[in-house]
Amino acid sequence: MTITVKFFASLREQVGKTETQIEFSDSLTVNKIWQQVTANKVLPKHILVAVNQEYASQDTTVKEGDEVAFFPPVTGG
Amino acid sequence: MNDSQLLRYSRQILLPQIDVSGQQQLLNSKVLIIGVGGLGSPVSMYLATSGIGHLVLVDFDQVDLSNLQRQILYDTTQIGQEKIVAAKHKLQLLNPEIQITAINQQFDKKFADDLFNQVDVVVDCSDNFATRFALNATCVRLGVPLISGAALRWEGQVSVFLLNQANSPCYNCLYNDCEQETETCNEVGILAPLVGIIGSIQALEVIKVLLNMGQSLAGKLLRFDAYNNKWHQASLKQDPTCPVCNNTKSV
Ligand SMILES: [Zn+2]
Repeated sequence: MTITVKFFASLREQVGKTETQIEFSDSLTVNKIWQQVTANKVLPKHILVAVNQEYASQDTTVKEGDEVAFFPPVTGG
Repeated sequence: MNDSQLLRYSRQILLPQIDVSGQQQLLNSKVLIIGVGGLGSPVSMYLATSGIGHLVLVDFDQVDLSNLQRQILYDTTQIGQEKIVAAKHKLQLLNPEIQITAINQQFDKKFADDLFNQVDVVVDCSDNFATRFALNATCVRLGVPLISGAALRWEGQVSVFLLNQANSPCYNCLYNDCEQETETCNEVGILAPLVGIIGSIQALEVIKVLLNMGQSLAGKLLRFDAYNNKWHQASLKQDPTCPVCNNTKSV
């Protein structure tokens, strides 16, 4: 199965990627995907995740063809 | 409305969705703005000139030289003044016909509920998680719509939480359990036009929520990556495990 992973704004520099495709055989959670693309870093709680344009939690399971997007926290004003 | 008001607001009264009745509704509205900095500047200025009848401003800071790059409510002659005093002065010049209440206080959990019971909409223009969570909790508890905006570096976001309606998500559904503090504009920087864009979207959403018209950002979070010119909008549902908004709504 293939899914698309996207990084938004300053996460692009932090992770060093804008967009990547990953291949996998078992079912994967959002959390596992983050670990796979960041060489096993822990997914920080304040990073938002959207699966197919809908906000999701870290334990959401993704499926073939899904798009997973990660967003850095923004709190300034 | 008198002739001078009809002329002042004529360009938006021309819009068939607004008309005289919509303008009258705006004049009868009361909006609470928490924070008059980078976001609070465009929010308060546009809401003042649009004729929101009563604005309540809350801030505790003084105008600093480093604010002037983006906090367009203030000018060089006002450095050192209480923001709330300088803001009220400028806004009354922009529109002397509206009422402005300025509260020189930091918003926290102990802040009085009375104020929230008297306003139609609350606008979050604060700059840290602690204030945002406290403000969200109060708006959830009292059922007041919250227009939330944030900006940092080259990125910003806006969302609308219609907390007067059942099953609305809240700010805590978005950043569940997020107690750690993240960066501030003072530490990592912020681009001036970005707060203008995000604050202007907040002001626009306030008007739509007050008039109950159009497609608002309720149930959605809009993100803007200014550096890469990417807009992203995703839908947001109430988190069934959110400790802030769940129990209050089912009672
Ligand atoms: Zn919630």
